[in-house]
Amino acid sequence: MSESSNKPMFLELRGITKRFPGVLALNKVGFEIDEGEIVALIGENGAGKSTLMKVLGGVHQPDEGEIRIDGQVVTLSNVADANAQGIGFVHQELNNLDNIDVAGNVFLGREPRKTLGLIDRRRIHADTQPYLDRLGLDISASTKLDELSIGQQQLVEIAKALSMDARVIIMDEPTSSLTLSETERLLEVMAELKQQGIAIIYISHRLGEVHQCADRVIALKDGENSGRLTRDEINHDAMVTLMVGRELDAAHEHPETEKVPDYFKVEDLVTTAYPHKKLSFSVSAGEIMGFAGLVGAGRSEMAQAVFGVDQVLGGRMTLDGEDVPLNDTKAAIDQGIYLVPEDRKRTGLIIEMDLEKNTTLASVPKYARGGLINSREESRVTDEQIAALNIKTPTGKTAAMNLSGGNQQKVVLGKWLSMQPRVMIFDEPTRGIDVGAKGEIYSLMYKLAQQGVAIIMISSDMEEVLLVSDRIAVMRQGEINGILERNQFSEEAVMQLAVEKTEERFSA
Amino acid sequence: MTKLIKSHPRETGMFILLVLLCLITTFSTRQAGVEAPFNSKFLQQGNMTNLTNLIGMFGIFSIGVGLVIITAGIELSVGSMMSLLGVIFFCLINPIYHDVEWNHWVVALTVIGLGTFIGFFHGICVSKVKMQPFVVTLCGLLVYRGLARVISDDTSVSGSFHDFGALEAMCSGRFLGLKGPFWYLLIIACIMYVVLHRSVFGRYIYASGRNELATKYSGVNTDKVICGVYVICGLFTAFSAIMFLFYTSNVSPSVHGNFYELWGIAAAVLGGCSLRGGEGTIIGILIGTAVLQVLSNMVNLLGLPSALDYVIIGSVIFFGVFIDMMGPRIAAKFKQA
Repeated sequence: MSESSNKPMFLELRGITKRFPGVLALNKVGFEIDEGEIVALIGENGAGKSTLMKVLGGVHQPDEGEIRIDGQVVTLSNVADANAQGIGFVHQELNNLDNIDVAGNVFLGREPRKTLGLIDRRRIHADTQPYLDRLGLDISASTKLDELSIGQQQLVEIAKALSMDARVIIMDEPTSSLTLSETERLLEVMAELKQQGIAIIYISHRLGEVHQCADRVIALKDGENSGRLTRDEINHDAMVTLMVGRELDAAHEHPETEKVPDYFKVEDLVTTAYPHKKLSFSVSAGEIMGFAGLVGAGRSEMAQAVFGVDQVLGGRMTLDGEDVPLNDTKAAIDQGIYLVPEDRKRTGLIIEMDLEKNTTLASVPKYARGGLINSREESRVTDEQIAALNIKTPTGKTAAMNLSGGNQQKVVLGKWLSMQPRVMIFDEPTRGIDVGAKGEIYSLMYKLAQQGVAIIMISSDMEEVLLVSDRIAVMRQGEINGILERNQFSEEAVMQLAVEKTEERFSA
Repeated sequence: MTKLIKSHPRETGMFILLVLLCLITTFSTRQAGVEAPFNSKFLQQGNMTNLTNLIGMFGIFSIGVGLVIITAGIELSVGSMMSLLGVIFFCLINPIYHDVEWNHWVVALTVIGLGTFIGFFHGICVSKVKMQPFVVTLCGLLVYRGLARVISDDTSVSGSFHDFGALEAMCSGRFLGLKGPFWYLLIIACIMYVVLHRSVFGRYIYASGRNELATKYSGVNTDKVICGVYVICGLFTAFSAIMFLFYTSNVSPSVHGNFYELWGIAAAVLGGCSLRGGEGTIIGILIGTAVLQVLSNMVNLLGLPSALDYVIIGSVIFFGVFIDMMGPRIAAKFKQA
């Protein structure tokens, strides 16, 4: 920090305290950023990052502390105030409307009007274009949003912030649903904005990206500042130590397991997403097979096809020599093939229901006699999983939506673990989950592998794929482009197979 | 008990409303010169028999409509189905409409089978074809009403029930002073309570209504569950349709069962079913039905113009749901202050 210099930082938050009923969410937190600086805000889920940014965005008012812009104390009593002060927010979940065009999104709520109150269409298109050009976004302002990739939509969101004359842009987990190349593009855009003097607050769980782009790191833990790192102090271990307060060893141990080859075999599987491609691979019992590739490479489609929720056009699957019927989720589950889906809120859980009902959703007929559910048995099974997986919840009757992301993911796991898995398919198992819970999920995968379960793990997190897998299958455009053995593992090797030849198609 | 009240605030609130309505009606319909407590028109045997009969007939199909709503669906064709099934019933049973005289049991079973089939058809359209329930059943509402009028030449049809013996006794006979439909409602409610709240099928109904995709990802055949619910609704609708025939003893195809689908939806919503799906209880639907019938009875007994019926019922539903939404917020405001 440059407290010695005379010029104050462009934006400073001092001693911010925020209380919610029963919780001290922020305790005298400080944060500062200068023009043309990228500061990463890191911390586990629940550390107070979002609350702090909501204070800055005018959503929450602090109970104590002050916000200074250019050395002047300001009051941000609502979002409009924050926008007027040049604070822009790019949210984790995209808030774009995909039924209207790019310009309409950029000027949503601030549409220039003609007489009769009609939208001045020509003007918003003309006014939007410069922002798109500035971000290197090669699209017309009249493009419908649903024709854009997620990465492009993210850039539209940034264009919106710029159009409000933002001087600081808060990016909350901007890369969590981007492909590798889109992430690269976003990091480039951030560097360009930085050159233009715009400050960027970057919130991410992906420490590799933080290392790549941040000028400084400010870490929060349990609602308090837990430390700051300057550019040359930033490295993975230092960040983890600040976030967790301890080194994470468990996640680094990759145990040797006994492997039974060709335990789960998939031959010539044809998915509806890529009807002209055939997928063949086999996973050993006790093996963790990573599936890497760009988003859209067909990995989730592969998983959903194997699990029978997406239609399969052809192929054959065998488990331990026995045929597994295609297009039949029930049959897959009966054989012990389980999917932990990518989107736990949409497909993994019924978020409004309690843990017991979620845990037994797939197995409830087992706890019923004559069609009637034995709820005591349900509670017992759920409590077992809560204890075994260390799920932090008041009781088994708590609704899943009241748990943190990591604990919700454990509930999805508990559903399947209560039913003796033989093949477990994990689709992005640690997305949006904090470092501590990530370690627990890795340990659990190792434990399952030791018990002889065949594990398929789809992940876009490069660190994770390289750390956890025994082998890595890299997919590209619906095909397995190559399979890497452990001694061939490297980021470059995976990337090479993932993007070979047709990189342009995926770039923003 | 307190736990039950806490976990079912809507049902508790509606129950209190029901009790209040009964008390108000009791006191406002007292007659001079008759000794308490039987001086109230509301409590008189005749009125009670009639009221519970109506609650029975409306309650049975309302349970069906409620189940559909819990799966995040909707069933709009109940009233038209009543009319169509009624016309078919009389046409088959009455020798003046055709040459062959059908046995009344066969006719009753045919009508019930037809209702169930219509429900099955709606279920297939919604679950397999993935048509929107609103559209499917809206078309049903138009088509069945139209068919009823075509078949009957748009004239009122009727038949005499005198030879029906057991069937008539079933539908309009009394037990402990109350008519059959009320007792059937109690039996059906008990069965459906177990089905919805204790059985695997019931669990799947709630799960499909909350999040069909996640339920599918757990290996549940949600198409079957959703289709099943429409079948049950069709079955119950046909069952109460027959009861209604013995109540009205004729069918004017253009008005018979008019708006009954809305009575069913209203009862379910009042009783705590959310149109977004995944919420609602059998008890709630029962209380909802009773509240509506008591209200209607009150309007009738107080000699208010029957045109006021819909105004009062609409307002009560509106405020019931309004308070449900605003109550917690207002309470929170008070706590803050």
